[in-house]
Amino acid sequence: MSELPSTLAEAPPAMGPADAPALPRLLAGITAHGAMTLEEHFALHGPLPIVRGGGRKRGREHAAMLISEIERSGLLGRGGAAFPAAKKMRAVASSRGRAIVLANAAEGEPASLKDRTLLETLPHLVLDGGVVAAEAVGADELIVCACESAQAAAESMASVIEERGSGSSSSGHSPRLRMTSVPGNYVAGQESALINYLGGGPAKPMFTPPMPFEQGLRRRPTLISNVETLAHIALIARHGAPWFRQLGAPTQPGSALVTLSGPVAHQGVYEIEHGASLASLIDAGGGTTTRVRGALLGGYAGSWIGAERLHGVALSNEHLAPHGASLGAGVVLLLSEQACPVAETARVARWLSDQSSRQCGPCLHGLDALAGTLAEIAAGTAQPRAAQRIDRLASLVARRGACSHPDGSANLILSAMEAFGAEFDDHAQHGPCEGCARPPELPLPVRPIAEDSSRKPLVRQ
Amino acid sequence: MSHRVRVNPIACEAHGMCAELLPERITLDEWGYPVIDQQELHGWEVDHAIRAARACPTFALLVQRERATRAGRGRGPD
Repeated sequence: MSELPSTLAEAPPAMGPADAPALPRLLAGITAHGAMTLEEHFALHGPLPIVRGGGRKRGREHAAMLISEIERSGLLGRGGAAFPAAKKMRAVASSRGRAIVLANAAEGEPASLKDRTLLETLPHLVLDGGVVAAEAVGADELIVCACESAQAAAESMASVIEERGSGSSSSGHSPRLRMTSVPGNYVAGQESALINYLGGGPAKPMFTPPMPFEQGLRRRPTLISNVETLAHIALIARHGAPWFRQLGAPTQPGSALVTLSGPVAHQGVYEIEHGASLASLIDAGGGTTTRVRGALLGGYAGSWIGAERLHGVALSNEHLAPHGASLGAGVVLLLSEQACPVAETARVARWLSDQSSRQCGPCLHGLDALAGTLAEIAAGTAQPRAAQRIDRLASLVARRGACSHPDGSANLILSAMEAFGAEFDDHAQHGPCEGCARPPELPLPVRPIAEDSSRKPLVRQ
Repeated sequence: MSHRVRVNPIACEAHGMCAELLPERITLDEWGYPVIDQQELHGWEVDHAIRAARACPTFALLVQRERATRAGRGRGPD
């Protein structure tokens, strides 16, 4: 387990070029001392422009206007899939029945800390976004789902909900607020798994349809939004779509939270402009502390890019697509030159296999076979055509689970073999390398995740 | 109206009946789970597909009827 440092920056460095307009946005005003208070929050961002009263018709018009504004902003979901936020909201709003909003901070991604960071430091911004989203989709209930391993985040959010009052305010229109803890397994944050768990079942994905937007929690239309998505919505509601689009790429506007880890001086959560260069992010992190062998983008369902292709890489999905990568949930993980990408990937592949919900045969058997074959390659004990077997297994598991866990795991493995082809060949022929004996670099929860207190968030802007 | 075969992978327990009854569309992987050709069924295959679905011991095989496009009910967000 490579532990992330647990100290906070005293003077966080600014991100991006000097003429970049107004970063940080989400992380503006954060301190190293816990959550921003309601007074500080309103002093910084102003009140939430919410139209109340005026009858049902006025409410519906306002809701439609909110969704249109979010559509114009081009906001994409920040849970990893980059699905257009407005499209999801419209689907919920047009489904029959009173909706529910789930603010998703399950964050099962071991290399991601941004969601717990938001709950811990900026709970009011997340709640504001949730209130706006609830208004837009006609929800009367907002449930914040925090990962049970992120205790500080859950406590921060719980106390803020208490402060705001869990009931509705004088107007009678704001949603009921509630916080709940969800398990820390990798797929717990998947939409149907969240609904399954909150409905009293296990935190495992369910077969769809019905999709959550039509029949989710308690069979009501359910909007499940990542907490970072909601935080952006809180600012779009205040400043409008054109403001949001002043930063970022046309196809992926705005700023984004990324968790930078690996051999850099200051690991942590950073706010970047979409399209910013990887080099500028690493600079903001104080530079690398050793030579880098490659970078993992997006998380453990993401893709590796080898060192020789890292030059000029920009952090937007459009820029990353030619590398077969995407920003995913905002994970940027650097691997040091001394580490072995084969051993590291084999270890993560085994963990991903263990994280299978064991519901779907192709995932249960396929990921186990993939992890086993990778381990044999890493140990130099694989059959001659092991690489072809990996290819075959990867295509055999893809699109055959109830969720996309098998697809993501296969993607990670294939991208590793592409980025580090020479290293894989070398291991298959000659067995372990020097790097194999080194302590692992890629973070994995080593203890049962509920007891894991090493994943402390740290924040820089 | 078009028809497609789909499996509920959570319900499927690899009995393999479907591959016996609809070999045109379904083969089994190395663990016995169905690999399904999800192209639209030909008209003459539909009855075979429905028979295969009824024979599945865990009711995991589905024959889905689709109209060309129905607004708001396609693949949604996930």
